Amino acid sequence: MLNIVNLSARVAGKNILNGINLDVGAGEVHAIMGPNGSGKSTLAQVLAGREDYEVTGGEVRFEGRDLLALKPEERARAGFFLGFQYPVEIPGVNNVYLLKAALNAKRRAAGEPEVDAYEFLALIKQKMKFMEMSETFLTRAVNEGFSGGEKKRNEILQMLVLEPKLAVLDETDSGLDIDALKIVARGVNSLRDPKRAVILVTHYQRLLDYIEPDRVHVLSGGRILKSGDKSLALELEKRGYDWVRESLVA
Amino acid sequence: MASKSQDVEALLGQKYRHGFVTDIESDSLPPGLDESVVAAISLKKREPEFLLAWRLKAFRHWQTMREPNWAHVHYKPIDYQDISYYSAPRAPANAPKSLEEVDPKLLATYAKLGIPLHERARLAGVAVDAVFDSVSVATTFKDKLAKAGVIFCSFSEAVHNHPALIERYLGTVVPAGDNFFAALNSAVFSDGSFVYVPPGVRCPMELSTYFRINAAKTGQFERTLIVAAEGASVSYLEGCTAPMRDENQLHAAVVELVALDDAQIKYSTVQNWYPGDENGIGGIYNFVTKRGECRGRNAKISWTQVETGSAITWKYPSCVLKGENSVGEFYSVAVANHYQQADTGTKMIHIGRNTRSTIVSKGISAGHAENTYRGLVKILPSAEGARNFTQCDSLLMGGQCAAHTFPYMEVRNPSATVEHEASTSKIGEDQLFYCLQRGISAEDAVNMIVSGFCKVVFKELPMEFAVEAQNLLCVSLEGAVG
Repeated sequence: MLNIVNLSARVAGKNILNGINLDVGAGEVHAIMGPNGSGKSTLAQVLAGREDYEVTGGEVRFEGRDLLALKPEERARAGFFLGFQYPVEIPGVNNVYLLKAALNAKRRAAGEPEVDAYEFLALIKQKMKFMEMSETFLTRAVNEGFSGGEKKRNEILQMLVLEPKLAVLDETDSGLDIDALKIVARGVNSLRDPKRAVILVTHYQRLLDYIEPDRVHVLSGGRILKSGDKSLALELEKRGYDWVRESLVA
Repeated sequence: MASKSQDVEALLGQKYRHGFVTDIESDSLPPGLDESVVAAISLKKREPEFLLAWRLKAFRHWQTMREPNWAHVHYKPIDYQDISYYSAPRAPANAPKSLEEVDPKLLATYAKLGIPLHERARLAGVAVDAVFDSVSVATTFKDKLAKAGVIFCSFSEAVHNHPALIERYLGTVVPAGDNFFAALNSAVFSDGSFVYVPPGVRCPMELSTYFRINAAKTGQFERTLIVAAEGASVSYLEGCTAPMRDENQLHAAVVELVALDDAQIKYSTVQNWYPGDENGIGGIYNFVTKRGECRGRNAKISWTQVETGSAITWKYPSCVLKGENSVGEFYSVAVANHYQQADTGTKMIHIGRNTRSTIVSKGISAGHAENTYRGLVKILPSAEGARNFTQCDSLLMGGQCAAHTFPYMEVRNPSATVEHEASTSKIGEDQLFYCLQRGISAEDAVNMIVSGFCKVVFKELPMEFAVEAQNLLCVSLEGAVG
């Protein structure tokens, strides 16, 4: 589904990614872990097509297509979703309005008919119930005045409505209490499907108790230093990131 | 992304949609201004003596005045002798008595502009007075309004049919010598609209005026006077367009509103004068004095404006809050793109006890534009318990435009409460990227974000205008993110 080959990128003249190689197959869940500043969020932003991130080398294939050649909105319509670490507030723009516009943009691109307001309302109410979100959400502006937890839950809600093929969730677990974490995990798990894939970017093993990954990768200095199964996350939790670095030197 | 910035360029270059010229014979005075021109205008309109005297007094006063230069706008000096002060479409007879007598070319012009002059007017339920160059062309719905006792007609008609009302109210809110442009208007105004809503009457429909400048080298100097008597209420809409011309054209209008006890006036403007081209050539100089007076207790005057056009805008719709408990409101969206310059805001003058005012100003700048908010909140010693709330937000698109905020406050009563909030933001790259990542196109995303920014103002507009305003905003700004 996703093949990253020797990907390098820089931000504001500083090299952040230094040759990432990663293959994510359909139906898989991968976790990318790593210390602060290791390049985790940069990787997520580069994949989404953020303008300030300059790709200096390598390539990315998404279902065989050259992902880096697509505009951000084209990536989204092709089924790429980024759950933002810091979802932005857009005052005056209604949540439901934005999400309906997003869904219809995707449907148009796929040659499918647009959903009308009634269908959409029914759909979103059902998803909101699943995410245990209050109905007041329907009338609020995008992320405006949301608590950190509400914003993250909103990201997952958007993901459930848009049903992406590949979702990259950038620290979706940070700032969540245990109940919210369970709800978010339930949302992500509900999307697990042999035709989809998920990349979880996280600091903490905690999330992986609820969303079981197929592969775990440790990112440091803009490279993947180590990959393994879910036991790697447990080991990291116990021994810290220095252990990975030291074990490589040794 | 190079392709994106090219799109932006292309979209920024969007053409003004109302820039056609109507080929119609007109009866114009030659350029130039002196007392004989003032007298000639008055004569053409067969005005009563008092009005000619008033005009001449204004003209003499104007000659002693200097053009104001305190606004944050720059333009070459205007040659007032190079402007024609009167231009009227030449009609076979005199004034048209019904729509059937109006020149079909004029009606076609209004149809192009999308003005509901004919049957569409009835469907839309909006009464329209259309001012083409200097004269008022047709006023729809006269009968229905007359039944309610509402007078809505061209200014010239009002001068003939209701001279007592004109004499009583003209110049009582904006005196003839109020400022340079108001004095000029008082001397040479050629037409405009007049509204009188009698005591206790709620005007049964929205009233609307469309202004259009067609002839070259003409100034447009219209005057609007709206009086809402005790307990009356009225909602009035004003829209403006002009053809594209290389030279600048002057528009110096005066609007006066009078609200007596318990009366309410809501005045909405969607101003889309030709803004000049993308290099700043041509466009309308919109130097307008708008003021309302809450003369009675519990009166309320509300200004809502969406300003997307004009090369230069110089305008401060204001409220004089004389009556106890009277209320003034100002809701504004001012958009400036390319080389447009806008210096706009409001004045809230609190005189009566417990008077309240609200100011919400949203400025949007793109291209090389300069957008200034200038506002005065003045609380006089008599205004016990007065309250004001001001919110000024500026949104910048791209790196070459500028936004300025000049709030003036003069509080001379210690019991008053005055609050001011201001913010300036660049259109969020984060907001934009968020929308893009959800699959929404850049144009749709910008429209969405800007509309969200302006929402509090748009919701003050009457429904059919809110839609028009939103569309205008999209045309003015589509993709204006660099």
